[in-house]
Amino acid sequence: MNIFLVLTFSGVALGAIYFLAASGLSLIYGLMDVLNFAHGLFMTLGAYAGYEVATRLPSSLGAPTLIILAIIGATLGGGLAAGITELILIRPLYGKPISQILITIGLDLAVVGLLMGGFGSTALQIPVPLWLIEPTHIGGLYLPNANFLAIGGGAVVLAGLEWFLSRTRYGIIIRAGVENREMVRALGIDVGRAFTLVFVIGGAMAGLAGMLYSIVFSGDLVSPSQGDSLLIFAFIVVVIGGLGSIRGSAVAALVVGLLQEYTSFYIGGHSGWAQIGDLSTVLLLAVVLEIRPRGLFGRVA
Amino acid sequence: MTNAIEISDLHVTIAGSHVLQGISLIVPSGGVTAILGRNGVGKTTTLRAILGLVASSGQIKVLDHEVSSWPTHRIVQLGIGYVPEDRDVFSGLTVEQNLRLAESSATVQYDEVFSLFPELKKRGRQRAGTLSGGQQQMLSIARALLNSRPLLLVDEPSKGLAPKLVGEFAGVLERAAEHSTVLLVEQNLSVVRRLAQRIVVLDHGEVVHRGEARDLDDPTLVRQLLGVAGAA
Amino acid sequence: MRWRSRRIGVLVGGAFLALFIVVPFIGAHVPWVLPGTLDVVNSTGTLEVLALCFMFAGVAVGYDMMFGYTGLMSLGPVLFFATGTYVFDIALTRWEWALWPALLLTFGVSLALAVVLGAVALRVHGIAFAMVTLAFAQAFYFLVESNPHNLTAGDTGLSLSYTRLPSFLSGAVSNTRNLYWIALAFLVIAYAIVWLVTESVTGHVFVAIRENERRLEVLGVRPFRFKMVSFVVSSLIATGGGIVYILVIGTAVPSVVASTTVTLSILIMVVLGGAGTRWGAVVGAMVYIYLQQYLDKVGAEPSFTRLPAVLRVPLSEPQFLLGAIFVLFVLFAPGGIASLVVRHRSRRTLGAPALSSLIRKV
Repeated sequence: MNIFLVLTFSGVALGAIYFLAASGLSLIYGLMDVLNFAHGLFMTLGAYAGYEVATRLPSSLGAPTLIILAIIGATLGGGLAAGITELILIRPLYGKPISQILITIGLDLAVVGLLMGGFGSTALQIPVPLWLIEPTHIGGLYLPNANFLAIGGGAVVLAGLEWFLSRTRYGIIIRAGVENREMVRALGIDVGRAFTLVFVIGGAMAGLAGMLYSIVFSGDLVSPSQGDSLLIFAFIVVVIGGLGSIRGSAVAALVVGLLQEYTSFYIGGHSGWAQIGDLSTVLLLAVVLEIRPRGLFGRVA
Repeated sequence: MTNAIEISDLHVTIAGSHVLQGISLIVPSGGVTAILGRNGVGKTTTLRAILGLVASSGQIKVLDHEVSSWPTHRIVQLGIGYVPEDRDVFSGLTVEQNLRLAESSATVQYDEVFSLFPELKKRGRQRAGTLSGGQQQMLSIARALLNSRPLLLVDEPSKGLAPKLVGEFAGVLERAAEHSTVLLVEQNLSVVRRLAQRIVVLDHGEVVHRGEARDLDDPTLVRQLLGVAGAA
Repeated sequence: MRWRSRRIGVLVGGAFLALFIVVPFIGAHVPWVLPGTLDVVNSTGTLEVLALCFMFAGVAVGYDMMFGYTGLMSLGPVLFFATGTYVFDIALTRWEWALWPALLLTFGVSLALAVVLGAVALRVHGIAFAMVTLAFAQAFYFLVESNPHNLTAGDTGLSLSYTRLPSFLSGAVSNTRNLYWIALAFLVIAYAIVWLVTESVTGHVFVAIRENERRLEVLGVRPFRFKMVSFVVSSLIATGGGIVYILVIGTAVPSVVASTTVTLSILIMVVLGGAGTRWGAVVGAMVYIYLQQYLDKVGAEPSFTRLPAVLRVPLSEPQFLLGAIFVLFVLFAPGGIASLVVRHRSRRTLGAPALSSLIRKV
């Protein structure tokens, strides 16, 4: 039972990170019809930005402050990268969704290559406060503190996103645009600004996801290809949850995260088949697509 | 400004089909001009081309501006209210949010809109997707009337509505036409007779008749232009 | 006009083919075109690079039939490529089968997979289709990496055992030459298959599906069968490529053979060359692989290390340069190299407007 609880906790943390990555992807696709293959890149860049912040600022600030600043840096870094991408590469290809998808592929290839050249393909280590590496002892269980961070981050973002989408004008524009972009234009609203905003928000969340993933699941290591490895699961979550739905991403992320943890341990542990956890998520996707192709909360295309 | 809209040699091709084949028409300022024709002749496409929602060639002048290459939102910002054929309200948003999105100028006229459609005020918090067809149509029209706009493009407002509602909406549009120019696409001839002063008839992507609404009093003409179904 | 450009095309293609056939006999020293130790035309290194070029060109033209002609944006070609590599490798190395049984098994498995995946994935369109294919390809990657029953050797890599292969395929120098010709033969066969299919009525239906599938349905044609054909043939070609790969390279490593990067590379090759033109895919693939290998070798040259880091780092990473070139093409020449070479675009070449309607039609 203890193990089950620890696994659940871990699964929720993983789910939180998936949610951060997937919700941005989902919104971008829902509003702009762009399948953003550079999303993994934004995750990686966020982690690198966090690393730079954590290592270049004076260590006299103290590890806890540094890590908080690093996390903020990662979020800002992801958002910035996404914003620049949208303005320079996506906008000029307005009306050509396939070209937009292709350009994100090219961008991902190019910049990851650059990172490999600049930082080397060996991983870098982020200095973290001791507290994050330690577990908390609750009722006979040892729960890693880093997981709390991920879950907390995910919850805060979820709440913030819900607030933004239902209470602010741009949030409403985005929701309307996901439903019917053309009609939003026909109301005299320039959706282009919403596009950039959605990209920036998505990128910021991706940057945060990348940073948290490094801390929680990657032993504080940062490497050029980590975002792309995560991206496939983000895609799976997005499709299961339904393209364009935040709620869908949240639910699907939780399900996928938990599924991975449980399967990996209970089935993988016994048979020695390490990748069964990953494989199970793909199987889930296949099942969902068969039964309900638009995803849990998606609209009919 | 004498004419609200001037279209010259408008061509539209959609998915390989030459839908509009050189339309030219003028919508004078004030009152109601109606576009008529059987299904599929290009009436809705004409409206969409004016709004820049489909690619077109030819000249389009709206409220004295040459807008053929403009993005939709800029064209609309000239002062156009659009009521699309399928209502196109945002079902995931509340009635209130739908209306908020439509706000554009300082002279937002919620009072007038709510006096026309008290139902909408009552259901402000209700998700638009749960409204009845008639209520969604109310919302769609309310959106267009929210700011006093000089030009209204209305696409088949009576479609799928009970006759009583049709009468009510016709009355609303009549009032709106007192201070806006209305370009109306409509198949329901009684509505057209009530509202319009001028008519333009399309067939197979071309203009086949230009005239006054009372031309519709001639049943032979009606049958010729619109077929038996047109005699409504 | 079209016939003339066709004839030119055939002549140019034929000339290149003749040239490539005799390359292993040319001992000329060409320093600038081929860097470093490869600067002799028929050196083992050069032949290996060219073999890879041919192999990917074949796979790319097969993908072009599915993506460029039929409008199916599959994100799973690597699945069939890796199936070719791994099943063949396993059959020869782990089970010590002979050549022909191994080939039969590999294509048999691939055919079964293609039919199953096609039946599942082709029921949905657009993004969902792309996702299903991506998911299956990714699942295969996970499967191969996990080394089930110690068959694939996981990340360590599975080396091909040549013991049961005919002698002309193994052995030192002659090996590379014969493998070179086999790769070239693969390209020719793949191209021929694609040419025959796309020029036939079936090929025209492919294009019709790409342009307006709904209209086809209204006319009473069932697109599903044709999409299946396109999907299965394309996948079998990819499998052939995988077999050639393991013969030429000799080792199968999951992160190189089975990862999504391969799929994205193929996609880039086809778009870079010009989707929907067949020869575009060949040119795109050859340029891509050539550049990749060339830049890799150039980056290690001593004269390079003397450049300041700002210049050296980007220029020494082939992936960066390739990605950047591709981005530029997508922005300014979406019809690829083919659109730059052929001034009057035939209806089959995909320029930017047609491309954008692609995914909705699927």
